[in-house]
Amino acid sequence: MKSKDDVLKIASLAHLQISDNEADGYARDLGSILAYMQLLNSVDVSKVEAMTHVHGQTNVMRDDEVKPSMPIEDIFRNLPDRNGRFIRVPLIKEHND
Amino acid sequence: MSELIDLNLPELRAGLDSKKFSSVELTKSYLDRIESLSDLNAFISVDRDGALAQAQASDQILKQKGAASKEECLLGIPIAVKDIISVKGLRNTCGSKILGNYIAPYDATVTIKLKNAGAVISGKTNMDEFAMGSSNETSAFGAVLNPWDRKRVPGGSSGGSVVAVSARLSAASLGTDTGGSIRQPAALTSTVGIKPTYGRVSRYGVVAYASSLDQVGPFTHTVRDAAIMTRVLSGRDPLDSTSFDIAVPDFEKGLGTSIKGLKLGVPKQYFIAGLNKEVESSIKAAMEQYAKLGAELVDIDLPHTEAAVAAYYIVAPAEASSNLARFDGVRYGYRAEKCADLKEMYCRTRGEGFGPEVKRRIMMGTYVLSSGYYDAYYARAQKIRTLIAQDFKSAFADKCDLVICPTSPTTAFSIGEKISDPLSMYLNDVFTIPVNLAGLPAMSLPCGFDSKGLPIGVQLIAKAFDEETIFKAAYAFEQSTDWHKRTPQL
Repeated sequence: MKSKDDVLKIASLAHLQISDNEADGYARDLGSILAYMQLLNSVDVSKVEAMTHVHGQTNVMRDDEVKPSMPIEDIFRNLPDRNGRFIRVPLIKEHND
Repeated sequence: MSELIDLNLPELRAGLDSKKFSSVELTKSYLDRIESLSDLNAFISVDRDGALAQAQASDQILKQKGAASKEECLLGIPIAVKDIISVKGLRNTCGSKILGNYIAPYDATVTIKLKNAGAVISGKTNMDEFAMGSSNETSAFGAVLNPWDRKRVPGGSSGGSVVAVSARLSAASLGTDTGGSIRQPAALTSTVGIKPTYGRVSRYGVVAYASSLDQVGPFTHTVRDAAIMTRVLSGRDPLDSTSFDIAVPDFEKGLGTSIKGLKLGVPKQYFIAGLNKEVESSIKAAMEQYAKLGAELVDIDLPHTEAAVAAYYIVAPAEASSNLARFDGVRYGYRAEKCADLKEMYCRTRGEGFGPEVKRRIMMGTYVLSSGYYDAYYARAQKIRTLIAQDFKSAFADKCDLVICPTSPTTAFSIGEKISDPLSMYLNDVFTIPVNLAGLPAMSLPCGFDSKGLPIGVQLIAKAFDEETIFKAAYAFEQSTDWHKRTPQL
């Protein structure tokens, strides 16, 4: 990832709006960081298993029990925009492009 | 008796229990000091009213009961909490504009544990945005100043929590450590900081940066205080499936016992060109001190150390890019105004709400996980992680009980010195990152000062769930040296 276009593409995948100016800076930084990561290519990993959990833990299922939830108003006080018990967001529409 | 703010946890406990001072008096002394040293910028929120109410309630309990039980070992003692750990009713900003107005609707498990132990929560501390940084300069709430030299960084990402303890604004504090964010600031401020084993402490209610690496731990003035705090925080939590169902020992038990014959591994890969000479000679002096105490120093080999930073900066951003996807302006936090549609709202909210370092890591993570690059970066990094964990495993199996090494390659650097060069900032964590990748416990404790009077920390690393050996060895060193007794002139 070295060009500004690469950066803008990744930013769009990550839902981050960045300016042209920012993109130039990130292209430079990310280029040098990814270049540094090339040192991993010198390590032989052909016979190594990828780590999935550091202590080899397995997943845990919880019992399917009904429990009280948090008070709704405690959660809703953080909503940026609301209409009664609904979260209000801008228009959701198809892009024409 | 010395000033209240200079007392350690057992001294505070004794003073409160014997009614030499009240929790309200103690809490007020800390709150006043937080205010008079507000230029250090250690706190994002101070809960003055809440803390004084908790202090009053603690005094009532002490009046009725006489003295606190062991379960309430923090009764009436103010503790500061990093602003990434939920405390119900207080803001939890993560040092970010995107959560600038977010109020935590519930307590993290570690917060409940503090409250159950009777602690007074004095406020929420400044930090690098979403714990991404090694200098506390990426906070949307401004840099935190190092109390030993206000022109320098205190380290990061738990910069506010470490300064709260170092500058005696709090008896102890909570931080989080994903790649060194407890140990590196502890080293740069002459403070004790321990990252417990991954799985020792619940992460429920702690905003996730890199879930497979994050761990909560305490900052304290002394090793004994760290042992007390770690016992309070530890234990299996049904709300965090990665927390381990393993007995929590009384970490104070081994303090003061002999370390004769304890084998300390010295990894040659940690004494490299980038290691500052003054730091190196302090670490070597610490080793000699250990030899005098009867420990045995053995050379060990951790051959994959050099690959750790690169592997970390693939794994951690990858996890972060996924974890931080939830900040989209819909349910909480900042939302960009006047957006034409939902997609624009997501993109502008995140573009305006996140700072440069967070955006950089989200993009790195998105890139290494993207189609066509996954195997070259992420899959390879997870294999390197296996190799790093195996390096430690074989050292602990065959050669040593603990690893001894520097915590940070340098002492505190100047504010602004490294912030425009991300890679040189990342290399600060070269000695702390391998521990997170291997899920091990490690502590940084004071071991000296450089010629400018800046603190130096030595790191002790143990095998998984063997914090007891760290505490025992750290205590022996602390009791035979005076480094922890120096305080910054403020």
